[in-house]
Amino acid sequence: MTASPQPATQREVSVEIAEAAAAPPQPDGHPDRAYRPYRSTALRSPQRPLVVAPPSLTELTAPVFGPADVAPIDADLTRHHTGDPLGERIIVTGRVLDGDGRPVRNQLLEIWQANASGRYRHDGDQHPAPLDPNFSGGGRALTDDEGRYRFVTIKPGAYPWRNHTNAWRPAHIHFSLFGTAFTQRLVTQMYFPGDPLFGLDPIFQSVTDEKAQQRLIAAYDHDVTEPEWALGYRWDIVLDGAHATPQDPDGV
Amino acid sequence: MLDLTPSQTVGPFFAFGLPFEGGGDVVPAGTPGAITLNGTVRDGAGAPVPDALLEFWQTGPDGRLPTRPGSMQRDGRTFTGFARVATNRAGDYTLRTLRPAAPSDAPHAPHLAVTVFARGLLHHLFTRVYFPNHVEANAADPLLAALDEERRATLIAVPDGGPTGPGYRFDVRMQGPGETVFLDLSTRGSGAPPATTETPL
Ligand SMILES: [Fe+3]
Repeated sequence: MTASPQPATQREVSVEIAEAAAAPPQPDGHPDRAYRPYRSTALRSPQRPLVVAPPSLTELTAPVFGPADVAPIDADLTRHHTGDPLGERIIVTGRVLDGDGRPVRNQLLEIWQANASGRYRHDGDQHPAPLDPNFSGGGRALTDDEGRYRFVTIKPGAYPWRNHTNAWRPAHIHFSLFGTAFTQRLVTQMYFPGDPLFGLDPIFQSVTDEKAQQRLIAAYDHDVTEPEWALGYRWDIVLDGAHATPQDPDGV
Repeated sequence: MLDLTPSQTVGPFFAFGLPFEGGGDVVPAGTPGAITLNGTVRDGAGAPVPDALLEFWQTGPDGRLPTRPGSMQRDGRTFTGFARVATNRAGDYTLRTLRPAAPSDAPHAPHLAVTVFARGLLHHLFTRVYFPNHVEANAADPLLAALDEERRATLIAVPDGGPTGPGYRFDVRMQGPGETVFLDLSTRGSGAPPATTETPL
């Protein structure tokens, strides 16, 4: 279980990606935590099988968020500084649903992303691309009564990372979501259609089922696009996991 | 049934997206009955994990789950039951909260529900923190009762009195010797489990 001393080439990683894609996908549709092409999984994926346990009452409920947690401006990442950030302004909107198709109402979404140059405002980001004084890259929103959310931001750039030689992440926005049960928690990444890096990226490819991969990619939607202002993308999110039948919340 | 959206790793750069002011302070310092919980997240080689994020969700001492909106607010009065802490460079985290109590009729002993996120972890992991003083309730807990001694110990906090009052230590070992018991809480788990899954019940 030791990491190889030499970083792998893209060709070697691509062979591993192809091998993993030929194996049956995980039954739950999520990535295998021990996905070899993503090197950091080697020491951070459990070796023991998960223990199947019925959720406790605690795990069947979730923390509740509201207007006190999220200001309306939190959903517009282009207005967190005095000036306009550089890059392509975009609108990202969609619905959050549970597996039964019910909207996840009034619940929290959080996003974080690189700037238009592919640089994060983070000490650990070594990519020699410029920071943008007018862009931090973190946002929050609450879903409405139909489970809808909407962010205004800029399109993030692709960026290099050190998984292997010449490794580049396709442009993506990180998303964090809560459902009505703790078991529905989801952290994921949204991608942009037609990215040439999809086939080469071990994180995107860790979802080995092609249909499931498509569910990580937003759709360009001209009805979301606003004239003279911003391009629009639509991305719906479906949460998994055990959830309690809705009931009187004070009844628990 | 709709097809779910797959998980992806939290990555290394969640610092300005997820942590929030007072995220580990479910109650302010000096609150009567407050306990601290601290620990280290380690990987399969035993090395600290400096880019993990833990979330906690729990009942209060009255056995009730908070239902008021505003779980990230720290107003000094409201018990929100929700905490989020990133590990520091040494892989350590600290939480200050109140002791959980079991809701009436609950089969489970008092516990904190925990979610573990990290760079290198493609799908978060669930676990639980139980407390050693609930000897009878722990013995009757359906999860704890089904685990062998060694594995059960990974879920029970260890008394570790700190300068600020009663404290506990709860380490997370992501892989290898002493690997923390991680849970499959999905509804699928209530049906026939896959062959590769331990079934304690
Ligand atoms: Fe990223």
